[in-house]
Amino acid sequence: MRKTPEIPSASMADIAFMLLIFFLVATTMDVDSGLERVLPQMPPEVQEDTPPIKERNVFSVLLDQYDRLMVEGEIMRVEDLRDKTKEFMTNPRSLETLPETKMTEIPLIGNVEVTRGIISLRNDHGTQYGMYIAVQNELVAAINELRNDLSTQKFGKNYANCSSEQQEAIRAAIPSRISEAEPKTVGGKK
Amino acid sequence: MREVTMKVRTTLPSATELTKLEKKSLVSYIYVGPPQKQYIKMFGTEPRIQLNDVFAKVSDIPDFILAERAARDEAEIPYMITSLKVDEYTKMQIVGEIKLELRKAAALRINYSSRMPIAKN
Repeated sequence: MRKTPEIPSASMADIAFMLLIFFLVATTMDVDSGLERVLPQMPPEVQEDTPPIKERNVFSVLLDQYDRLMVEGEIMRVEDLRDKTKEFMTNPRSLETLPETKMTEIPLIGNVEVTRGIISLRNDHGTQYGMYIAVQNELVAAINELRNDLSTQKFGKNYANCSSEQQEAIRAAIPSRISEAEPKTVGGKK
Repeated sequence: MREVTMKVRTTLPSATELTKLEKKSLVSYIYVGPPQKQYIKMFGTEPRIQLNDVFAKVSDIPDFILAERAARDEAEIPYMITSLKVDEYTKMQIVGEIKLELRKAAALRINYSSRMPIAKN
């Protein structure tokens, strides 16, 4: 009887190792992350009259087709938007021009001044998406910073580490009201 | 691990306030960007929408959302999220149209996909 020739198995471990490395490198594991937002619901056919919002309670943020930023009627750089938003949302010196606050009792926190401010964001059809995201990011960052400050002050830890009841209380104290107006085209195509 | 072949180029914008998409199975993706090189002849260089593996129009989005919903459990539908992977040089017009369609389809939870900025010193 003839002996069947054996395949040398010494290099098998190396081959397996090389395959393993190859697939590790070839596989992309992209972690998906981004800015989370909730779109407003479509308005019902018959519009009820909403009570008018006072001028001082609205923080108007405009983006034009050349990616210029105008906040409350002033040209502004994106870098300055965060501080401006924080000032608007807290109204630290109780100015007449900044939004009203209302003393509200919130469980776990107690009495706090809750702002009535609304951030109104309007972009142009020609605005670049990157710029729009940069502005959204600054607005969200401002609110996140305020929430972090409050949670550190009240609970001694970051907002993200608070329990869900605590987070709810913080959210009630610092609401995030970002409203997006219908975009409009200013002047011509693109 | 990608499930789709990218037909459009998407260079995502950078942002710092990111939320991770927890449940991948509940995420539907909408890609917007200029077509890849090999499609430029047919589709031009203007940003286009890609749903699954094909180029699509804005009017295809409601059907896409319905199909995505049908593929999932009924109980999971309220938790579904739409991830918008949009090239940062896209004009807002097309994004605005997509958002309007999503609102009409009542797919309100969205995620503007972005990447962490490279730390600058």
